[in-house]
Amino acid sequence: MTTDTKRNFKVVGTRPNRPDGVDKVTGRAMYGADATAPGMLWGKVLRSPHPHAEIVSIDTSEAMKLPGVQAVVTGADFGDPESLFVSDVQEHCMAKDRVYYDGHAVAAVAATSASTAAKALKLIKIVYKPLPHVTDVDAAFAHGAPVIMHHRAFEILPPGTSANATNFCEFGHGDLHEGFAKADLIVERSFRTAATHQGYIEPNACLASYSSDGRADLWCCTQGHYHVRDLCAQIMGMEAAQLRVTASEIGGGFGGKTSIYVEPVALMLSKKSGRPVKMVMSREEVFRATGPTISSSMDVKIGMTKDGRMTAGQAVIRASGGAWPSGTMEMGAQAAFACYDMPAVKTIGWNVLTNRPKESAYRAPGAPTAIFGVESVIDEMSQKLGLDPLEVRILNAADAGTLSSYGPTFNQIGLKATLEAAKNHPHYKAPLGPNQARGLSCGFWFNFGGNTSVSLAVNTDGTVNITEGNPDIGGSRASIGMMAAEELGIPFADVRTIIGDTASIGHNDTTDGSRVTFAVGLATIRAARDAIQKMCHRAAQIWDIDPDAVEWEDGAAKPSGPNAGQFPPMTIKEIAANAFRTGGPIAGHHEVNADGAGVSFGVHIADVEVDPETAHTLIKRYTVFQDAGKAVHPSYVEGQMQGGAVQGIGWALNEEYIYGADGRLQNAGFLDYRIPVASDLPMIDAVILEIPNPGHPYGVRGVGETGIVPPLAAVANAVTRAVGTRMTDLPISPPKIMAAKAAAGK
Amino acid sequence: MKSIHVSATVNGDAVEFICAPDESLLDVLRNRLGLTGAKEGCGTGDCGACSVTLDGRLVCSCLVLGAEAEGATVGTIEGIADGDTLHPLQQSFIDHAALQCGICTPGILVAAKSLLEKNPNPTDTEVRYWLAGNLCRCTGYDKIIYAVQDAAKKMRSA
Amino acid sequence: MRYVAATTAEEASALLAAETGLAKVLGGGTDILVQMRAGMVEPALLVDIKKIPGLREIKSEAGGFRIGAGVSGAELMRHSAFATTWPGALEGFNLIGSTQVQGRATMAGNLCNASPAGDAVPGLVAAGATVRIQGPKGQRDCPIEDVPVSPGKTSLAKGEFITSIFLPAKPARTGDAYLRFIPRTEMDIAVASAGVCLTFDASGTCTAARVALGAVAPTVIVAHDAAKTLIGTKVDAAALDALQAAATALARPISDKRGTADYRRETVGVLARRAAQIAKTRAGA
Repeated sequence: MTTDTKRNFKVVGTRPNRPDGVDKVTGRAMYGADATAPGMLWGKVLRSPHPHAEIVSIDTSEAMKLPGVQAVVTGADFGDPESLFVSDVQEHCMAKDRVYYDGHAVAAVAATSASTAAKALKLIKIVYKPLPHVTDVDAAFAHGAPVIMHHRAFEILPPGTSANATNFCEFGHGDLHEGFAKADLIVERSFRTAATHQGYIEPNACLASYSSDGRADLWCCTQGHYHVRDLCAQIMGMEAAQLRVTASEIGGGFGGKTSIYVEPVALMLSKKSGRPVKMVMSREEVFRATGPTISSSMDVKIGMTKDGRMTAGQAVIRASGGAWPSGTMEMGAQAAFACYDMPAVKTIGWNVLTNRPKESAYRAPGAPTAIFGVESVIDEMSQKLGLDPLEVRILNAADAGTLSSYGPTFNQIGLKATLEAAKNHPHYKAPLGPNQARGLSCGFWFNFGGNTSVSLAVNTDGTVNITEGNPDIGGSRASIGMMAAEELGIPFADVRTIIGDTASIGHNDTTDGSRVTFAVGLATIRAARDAIQKMCHRAAQIWDIDPDAVEWEDGAAKPSGPNAGQFPPMTIKEIAANAFRTGGPIAGHHEVNADGAGVSFGVHIADVEVDPETAHTLIKRYTVFQDAGKAVHPSYVEGQMQGGAVQGIGWALNEEYIYGADGRLQNAGFLDYRIPVASDLPMIDAVILEIPNPGHPYGVRGVGETGIVPPLAAVANAVTRAVGTRMTDLPISPPKIMAAKAAAGK
Repeated sequence: MKSIHVSATVNGDAVEFICAPDESLLDVLRNRLGLTGAKEGCGTGDCGACSVTLDGRLVCSCLVLGAEAEGATVGTIEGIADGDTLHPLQQSFIDHAALQCGICTPGILVAAKSLLEKNPNPTDTEVRYWLAGNLCRCTGYDKIIYAVQDAAKKMRSA
Repeated sequence: MRYVAATTAEEASALLAAETGLAKVLGGGTDILVQMRAGMVEPALLVDIKKIPGLREIKSEAGGFRIGAGVSGAELMRHSAFATTWPGALEGFNLIGSTQVQGRATMAGNLCNASPAGDAVPGLVAAGATVRIQGPKGQRDCPIEDVPVSPGKTSLAKGEFITSIFLPAKPARTGDAYLRFIPRTEMDIAVASAGVCLTFDASGTCTAARVALGAVAPTVIVAHDAAKTLIGTKVDAAALDALQAAATALARPISDKRGTADYRRETVGVLARRAAQIAKTRAGA
């Protein structure tokens, strides 16, 4: 793979209007809850009020008799999938014989109106036998904790480990003992982070239509309709080809719409009733019963010379991904020290089960909380040693050739360039007012490639239709079209990109891992090159010369040299117009398991103002620096950086899942689950760096996830410096700040 | 329960509908009138995705009963453009990439239009406080503020 | 459920009194519709009062203002005479929810919802407001602080509802203010709040004071002992310190998902002091 970094891009790097823009500003765009079908029923779910209980009996007979009720479904209607992973997903969607969290689905009804369905739920009689519960990660890890599920541990764990522990991992290199011995200063500190939710404004919704010949259509808002198809097909006992899933426009996902929740329930209700079934989760259901992040507690220990050079680093992360095993802490353990060149480093991760819903990804899963701990300790050590915290980062920053803390050796990466940009930016030197302080943090995300299929059709008028299979969560339709236009040498306006359903093209991995601009872009470029090759062949045919003597430039085929022939360039329009006479329709395609994604580093600087008497905290100024490799559409790259930063600010200051002693979720709504509102924030300045990724033809790196990683520590470090005592417990709410100040005697 | 017959004006058109007494105006718009531009993000008046105007006043349609629309004028996102000519706010949002997933966009456009009708020259702070009831999870609000201000500027000089 | 848009106050009162099931008043709907949706309340009858003549009017009366129970925050905010006379009472009301919620929410609704943290209440209490109540036997008035009795409960009898809120003529050299603490900048329920109204004489001495504390007890606290710390003083730093301490001492908060008791106790004192400073400035003292 060669990356053309010196290329004079004509389309990539510009800011054309997005193709779905008009639909979205007029209300025409169709999201998950916007579809209807003739004869449609409304489905509703009955959910457990207990955090942990045996289901002794379910009596749906009265519900079935209510006029308008067409079907009722419980766990007994579902089979036993072979795959343990699918079985866990299925059980999360509909309980079998036990409920594992407050809000766990136990039954569902389809009726001719939503209000009838709601009435029917009240007629379902369920007898529960409550069991002891545990919702706190450290409590679940301790001896004597109620056991949530037996025999779910992935590895042989050390004897005496809690029965709730399921996953364990360890990464690192070097000799820690020797490393700490070399340090002039060692700091050990513990941190806790609450679970948060992706907070997408569109609740999960779907419309399922199962027909009696065993075929089904499913419309849903999702980040990955192929994954939905695979999961639902296995759950329903169908073959993949018989289930066609169409992805609606999606009203936010951020990793939270990478699994299924109401979809298999809607399919089963449709199967039993013989009619289409629409299911829309309420906001309360979204909080109680979709997938939030892990909650965590971690211990970090770092050794540093008096000049600021890290000699050793260690982190132990205890995470809980709810009542089913979760591997997220592995990514946290890998990411924790990834920004730094560590002579000796060891990160350990544990996952324990708790009576909470099954975790889902949220932008760089595992990394924000892990890096929060490490960046907080680095900040504390910078303070104690009297060193500039940015210089300390630069001194230790990973670079090309660094053996990373999680194994691979980095090639060209952008962290140092990002840090230098931050150092030279006016924000870093701007004076601070009373009660104000500044904090910073680095951040990192691996980014992924993955399985991708793209088809590119050249219409007879020379315009181009691209069919790809990745729901557009950030403007990727535009970026994909731009890359095709760039490669073909035609105007962006001549390209239209659509997202096909699962029956239209080959498999596509989910829109996650910041993979789409990289992997789908790469596949699109190759599909365009495939089409170009075919069009060159058509031109060669018309000119009666060797196809190898034809090349493509600026949207036209031309002889590659004077010896090939004296023909004027033949444009895409001319070739397309003659397609049927030269062999038939022209299309290019590409299928790949894309490799070579480039990591994306970022640095954030946050200025906060903390009221000394009430601890009310305001973000006064915020700048995001991030390496995008190559920014295909700079406005969308900025959008990802700004959006991720604001989510991280919410995570740092206000957002948390609050469970009571009774194991029930207390804040299942936007009133008390507090995401940032417009008046909470200043402008978020975004500075894009471009250190090309050698693994992509244009140098593209994924950018979607890194932005949520630095804000947790950037804000915590700023508040810490404002109040004079280290904040270690997220979210940093005003009562916690006042309590910390009082405890520190301030 | 017995349904209620309501006559109202929606986006300038006379409409009639029947609804349950406890049915929200949002559900009426979406499920009975086919106007799915207003979205339900929360159902409790905390997110603004269902914003409409009721007799010229910005409200959450999830907090209004369909029955309360009797004799009233309702304005939704579907009524903001003039035929196929976008309102300056709509065009500005596209030009400034002020939307990513777009789910909050109809509510924000209805709210922003209402603001500029009352205050054609707001400060950034006034825009932010006016829009505090419109949650956006994708953009961080940054480009939204730019887009509203740019549209306001264009509308003042029109 | 039945929905009726009453055309007179007497009709509304009769409907509410006659209903054997649960009957509720519909004003702005910003509390009741949320509660209905959450299944917390299932009325058999909803009586919409907004079409009753006068309930959406703001009238001058005896030097003060009578505000119909159906008047929304957005409407009251645009009444410049009221806004300049009672800015503290108004700012409390206008802090409720979003712009959209302000398009519907009413002071009477906020009061009768009887949340300990209702933003409209402390400012109205400090201003000495009264409510006019329509019942099956006719009308009666009562001080605003007598309406809420415990969270979610009012002193109104069956068939009674509020038709208007009256703010008296404002004495000369009087200023009022309302402050609340919320973690964000908008959209939150008050964690602690304080409404203060101060009257001064020509020498700059405080002759009358009312202090109301919100979200630190089951209902609003009419903080007489806190008000006493200001009367007879020039509301200088020492008096303000005494006010702060008195407000903190009177608070009886709980710890819940929105804040700890310790935090609320301390913060309400700070807010009372800051609100008093603003009220003093507004009084021109």
